[in-house]
Amino acid sequence: MPQTLTQKILAKASGQSRVAVGDIVTCQVDLCLLLDSGGPRRIWPRLKELGTGVWDSEKIVLVSDHFTPAVDVESAAILKLTRDFAATFGIERFYDMQGIGHVLLAEHGWLEPGMFAVGGDSHSSMGGAFGCLMMGFGAIEMTGVAVTGEIWIQVPDTLRINWRGDFGPGVAAKDIMLFLCREVGTDNAFRVLEFGGDTVTSMSLAERGVLCNMAAELGAETGVVPADDATLAALQAAGRTPAADALEWCTDADAEYLAVHDFHATRLAPQVAAPHSPANSGPVDQHAGTPVDQAYIGACVGAKLEDLRMVAEVLQGRRVASGTRLLVAPASQRAYQEAAADGTLATISAAGAYLLPTGCGACAALGAGILAEDEVCISSTNRNFQGRMGANSAQVYLGSPYTVAASAVTGRITDPRELLA
Amino acid sequence: MKAEISGRAWVFGDDVNTDVMAPGLYFKSPMAEMAKHCMEAVAPEFARSVQPGDIVVGGRNFGIGSAREQAAMALQYLGVGAVLAPSFGRVFYRNTLNFGIPALWLPADMIVEPGDCLHVQPETGHIRNETRGTACNAPALPAHLLQMVAAGGLMPWLKLRLAKENRDG
Repeated sequence: MPQTLTQKILAKASGQSRVAVGDIVTCQVDLCLLLDSGGPRRIWPRLKELGTGVWDSEKIVLVSDHFTPAVDVESAAILKLTRDFAATFGIERFYDMQGIGHVLLAEHGWLEPGMFAVGGDSHSSMGGAFGCLMMGFGAIEMTGVAVTGEIWIQVPDTLRINWRGDFGPGVAAKDIMLFLCREVGTDNAFRVLEFGGDTVTSMSLAERGVLCNMAAELGAETGVVPADDATLAALQAAGRTPAADALEWCTDADAEYLAVHDFHATRLAPQVAAPHSPANSGPVDQHAGTPVDQAYIGACVGAKLEDLRMVAEVLQGRRVASGTRLLVAPASQRAYQEAAADGTLATISAAGAYLLPTGCGACAALGAGILAEDEVCISSTNRNFQGRMGANSAQVYLGSPYTVAASAVTGRITDPRELLA
Repeated sequence: MKAEISGRAWVFGDDVNTDVMAPGLYFKSPMAEMAKHCMEAVAPEFARSVQPGDIVVGGRNFGIGSAREQAAMALQYLGVGAVLAPSFGRVFYRNTLNFGIPALWLPADMIVEPGDCLHVQPETGHIRNETRGTACNAPALPAHLLQMVAAGGLMPWLKLRLAKENRDG
């Protein structure tokens, strides 16, 4: 029987030659990403209660990103506890105030094709950009992984999503995902999204990460882009040597997908999701002209180096509109440094943007940039649930970095193609 | 785990996300405080009025979004006896079971109105609406999940597993 990539990875992880959709299997975890939010502060007390430690400190990557930098005694205590956990259990891959975990895994090349990885928040799906299966879980279940190195999975179906053709100017992977939230819907538990087509294979690993990241917004188990030469090149650039069989991790030609969706990127307009769901999306012109108090560039999905460059491309020689504030929280220290070195940050700053520390920031109402009652924000983040970025009455629109930057310039939701033309 | 859980129904719409169940603004607060704000944005009276044993009935895609376990913990703290929905956000579904709350996939044609008196049998999936005189069968929990929920959730289950490993050397 031919197998999907997802089946192959879950078969390997569960020590079987093959698995069928619907099987419940116990998988051995190759990599476990713990974050300050749902990591040590929630897991350590449980380890103490169980009288045990972690199963394998070498398979854990620990990142402080949600509460960085400390803004009060509570967040300072969480960060301190996270450092103590790393020291106590000898976790060498500990990144403290280096950026957002999902982005750091990519920068350091810790994921590789065929891996089965888990992470302590929903956007762990982002790891699928490297041709691995990476799924997000709650802290209670990450406790189980930390103790046993195992987790149960019901082998999911696969939805194959193909995109063909080149983007027009001012369109990015984010627009694909806002479009898919609407077109494919958000009710996709027990399904994996497998992305392909020439639009996807010509994407950088960072843009592939956007696709997999927002598989969470579609409610999918995770997203994955099968590995190709670009995947291997990204791993080599990170100083890793890909395994000899790395490109063998792919879906068999006649494997059965639950469905195959085909879309064309050439005709895709920039998309905007209106409050309070990423699926409440449409072409940007549906919302053009809506005044915005805040434009926010941040989060794992929307503030990587490539995203900052999109912002600078729009802001070059322009100013943020009076009465609107543009906040920019780069996703990692490396993105910050590279954007500083190539002039990207200078362009963004000269336009009047307010630069924030790296970290998850305002995306989940934990860091700087939270919204007041009734304020309107356009954001490069991944979800706009009610109250997500602050007050319950705040109105958050989602768009690509291009669209957020263009809206900051005019003070109203704006089609970036008008400024890039 | 009780063989039958009985309580009043709290009915929610489609796509209720976990940010609504556990708002990020209260992440640093103790659960006693967080739970006061559970569902605040969509049902402000829920947290102060829900009674132990009451049954939460979600719409489609119940608990989509963030993996935050506090969403399920808030329901546990408030004493919710079971969660029923036609479909679930994947991590919320797992988290609910991990905290020992039975979560069952409610057949789409089963009508439940707010305040209806429900009886839920987690082992069989049998659901009875006493108020309306109707009944249905949800898919029963898979055996491995039923064992964990019956033990009280993932922590009690891990304790049993570790104790067994110690016994077996």
